[in-house]
Amino acid sequence: MTAQSAHTLIVDTPAASPAVPAAVRSKEAQVLAFAPPRAPLGERVWGTVQSWLAVIVPPIIVLCALLLVWELASSGPKSSLPAPSRIWADAKDLIVDPFFVNGPQDIGLGLRVLKSLERVVMGFGLAAVGGILLGALVGQSVWAMRGLDPIFQVLRTVPPLAWLPISLAAFRDANPSAIFVIFITAIWPIIINTSVGIRNIPQDYRNVAAVLRLNHLEFFWRIMIPSAAPYIFTGLRIGIGLSWLAIVAAEMLTGGVGIGFFIWDAWNSSRLSDIVVALVYIGVVGFVLDRLVAGIGHLATRGTQAT
Amino acid sequence: MMPFLKVDHVSKSFARGNATTEVLRDIDLTIERGSYVSIIGHSGCGKSTLLNLVAGLTSITTGAILLENQEVREPGPDRAVVFQNHSLLPWLTVYANVKLAVDKVFGATKPRSERHDWTMHNLELVQMVHAKDKLPAEISGGMKQRVGIARALAMEPKVLLLDEPFGALDALTRAHLQDSVMQIHARLGNTVIMITHDVDEAVLLSDRIVMMTNGPSATIGEVLDVPLPRPRKRLELSSDPTYLRARETVLKFLYERHRAPALQAA
Repeated sequence: MTAQSAHTLIVDTPAASPAVPAAVRSKEAQVLAFAPPRAPLGERVWGTVQSWLAVIVPPIIVLCALLLVWELASSGPKSSLPAPSRIWADAKDLIVDPFFVNGPQDIGLGLRVLKSLERVVMGFGLAAVGGILLGALVGQSVWAMRGLDPIFQVLRTVPPLAWLPISLAAFRDANPSAIFVIFITAIWPIIINTSVGIRNIPQDYRNVAAVLRLNHLEFFWRIMIPSAAPYIFTGLRIGIGLSWLAIVAAEMLTGGVGIGFFIWDAWNSSRLSDIVVALVYIGVVGFVLDRLVAGIGHLATRGTQAT
Repeated sequence: MMPFLKVDHVSKSFARGNATTEVLRDIDLTIERGSYVSIIGHSGCGKSTLLNLVAGLTSITTGAILLENQEVREPGPDRAVVFQNHSLLPWLTVYANVKLAVDKVFGATKPRSERHDWTMHNLELVQMVHAKDKLPAEISGGMKQRVGIARALAMEPKVLLLDEPFGALDALTRAHLQDSVMQIHARLGNTVIMITHDVDEAVLLSDRIVMMTNGPSATIGEVLDVPLPRPRKRLELSSDPTYLRARETVLKFLYERHRAPALQAA
């Protein structure tokens, strides 16, 4: 590889300077014939493939090993949990087709996840808007911070499900109650991170805004939001994770079509294999949600870092 | 005749808990329209505080500042500031940074196309049109400072306030930018107040140099007129007797009569 690059380098140089005698050039060109010009490209592709393999292979090996251990551990006749082979046999329809519809209560896990996601999107959306506005207020006004911060600090430690009875009493319906639980779970990290981000707006930007006499609305949109964006997205990312944690628990209690209720229902009918498949679904969707918000944050905060 | 800008017996104290520190005492200064005034002093002498008082970013403790007989109470685009560290908004392009100021100041008086032309005109003044679509992080320190100057000029301020505008730049970039500022001053005739701690910069650019004593309770020690004709050429001035005399006066003030506190201790 090194030798090839060296030759390429030598050939390049005479081509750039015509003062070098032609004889030298042709001599060097002959040396080049040993190294086909396509070879470095091929090696580069191979290099990329190798680096990809280096990322993909270890998790696959570890996963296979874990499945094997699991299979061996649960293969005994007295085992209380199903082995992977058993799960495949029991719940093949759930694994293979996420979007089947066999009746109003017998639908694929993909459709159930979508139903749960719908609630998360509503609850989390409300939490994002409310959290950013409240966070901006708390970050900007010392009085608001002193008044609200103690309340936030106490309320944020309340576990999501503890809110469920009171929201059921208030809304008298399962669906808005579940959405409220998502909202109240996700809003705290968004408020707290936004307010920290607002408090960290450099004095320079505030001075610029003062000299330009930006009004409150302009200051909010032109300075606050972009400047605090990295913090806000940290809060949103924590918030979406908590939302996804809370929805499963909330649905177990409220019933309906979501993935949470599916697990509860499967437990009541002793379909352990279905539960394992559902857990995998929940994990994958949670991972994708986290990556999605992180990705949006990465795009949206380009250029917000001062230099 | 009514003075253009009058700093009338201004003092400034900062209170922290029970302790009060007087930073500036009894500053009295009159600045004529179109003149270029430098404020020089050792670091910590409160020169930036004085500039912030004129800008309205800091409130005055006693005394008053009058701009065209109007009292300065709050910041505003008639006193545009070029900050030491450029203070461009990093999420806006060069063009958008200047346009934000133009839209805010002329939003009610100029139509959109004129505001665009005015933005471009000011970027041309500082020779930054080529980088108008770049983000601040993608251009050099000198270029950022140029954009900062363009943004300030675009507000058509009555007074342009420069807070150590070349302090963070290397010597060559600084000289280049000083020349640009001189050209712009000659062309537009703005009134400029510049904070600096560079003696050569002060003498080269200013009509008058205000020398500050050391803090706390700093005040104006001496005011020096620099009667050099404009346009000034850096190379020719290096042997000019008036230039050398002015330079010597400032140096003597700073290093003989009002040495920095750290130097006195040594």
